[in-house]
Amino acid sequence: MGNLAEVTGDLGSIAYGLAAIGPGVGVGIIFGQGVQAIARQPELTNVIRQNMLLGFALTEALALIGFVVGFVHS
Amino acid sequence: MSAPHLLASEGETFQDHVPGLNIFDWGPLFPSGPAWLDWFTKPVLIIMLSALVVVLFSWRAFHAPKLVPKGVQNVGEVAYLFVRDQVARPMIGADGDRWMPFLFSTFFFVLFLNLSGVIPVLQLPATSHMAMPIVLALVVYVMMLFLSIKHQGLVGYFKNMMFPPGLPKAIYVILAPIELLSNIILRPFTHSVRLFANMFAGHLLLAFFASVAWWFLAEKLTVLGAGIGIVGFLMSIIMTAFEIFVQSLQAFIFTLLAASYIGGALHPEH
Repeated sequence: MGNLAEVTGDLGSIAYGLAAIGPGVGVGIIFGQGVQAIARQPELTNVIRQNMLLGFALTEALALIGFVVGFVHS
Repeated sequence: MSAPHLLASEGETFQDHVPGLNIFDWGPLFPSGPAWLDWFTKPVLIIMLSALVVVLFSWRAFHAPKLVPKGVQNVGEVAYLFVRDQVARPMIGADGDRWMPFLFSTFFFVLFLNLSGVIPVLQLPATSHMAMPIVLALVVYVMMLFLSIKHQGLVGYFKNMMFPPGLPKAIYVILAPIELLSNIILRPFTHSVRLFANMFAGHLLLAFFASVAWWFLAEKLTVLGAGIGIVGFLMSIIMTAFEIFVQSLQAFIFTLLAASYIGGALHPEH
């Protein structure tokens, strides 16, 4: 039985596009909620910004791993 | 068939000049020099310069502190206060001040390594080579393991990490292996890859737009291609500004995570 579907070309780019979906949603949620929290309690801006950046860094790692894997694999 | 291919059809195309991994490959600075100098490449030079800059800056700012600060000491104190109030105290707590020498030098070392990506002539972030961030991350990792075992005991460390109190029993079946994996194995990996991949991607992006501008404006100037070249030129300026922001942010985040790992080792309840 032959292939039902085939994808050719630069698979690394496609894989990175897929890998960026989840972290994209995640980073959006983090900054959206962070800005909302700052708007509600401006006096806690410093604490909120710390945790916002921490969460951003942890989420972003997934997208970056997806980016690097393309180069490592090729 | 892509647009650049159509616009410059005769002979070589832009595809032959797209920057790839080769822009990170730097041979010895003195190829005809003696063999024992082969280790001396451009990234090594940048790392040595960054270390020198941090040492000189700290020396000039703090070697003879005055009660009323003057000149470099002003800059040094603002920088010190930034790292202390934004990184050390929120992440470690009141005893965060003891960790300031380490955090301050880590932050500025990484910052200068990153900023060398936009400094003319250097123009290569030394952290875009995996060797640099992995060493920095391993230093933090070993320190974190040592401090955790010293302050919580070997059994206490794994107990606090894998079995935090106050959760339903069934959750621990899933939680314990995930926590073990993310704390012991993935932590140094993500800590270093985050810095590496940001610098790597940023440098590729800058090189790409700069070579678009070079190819379509200088090398193969055509009526249709000039528009693309101007876009590439403008984008390379915008991306340089964006890169400066990302480089500073990544240096900050690297230090923030290092401080949070140290803080977690000292005060497991948080």
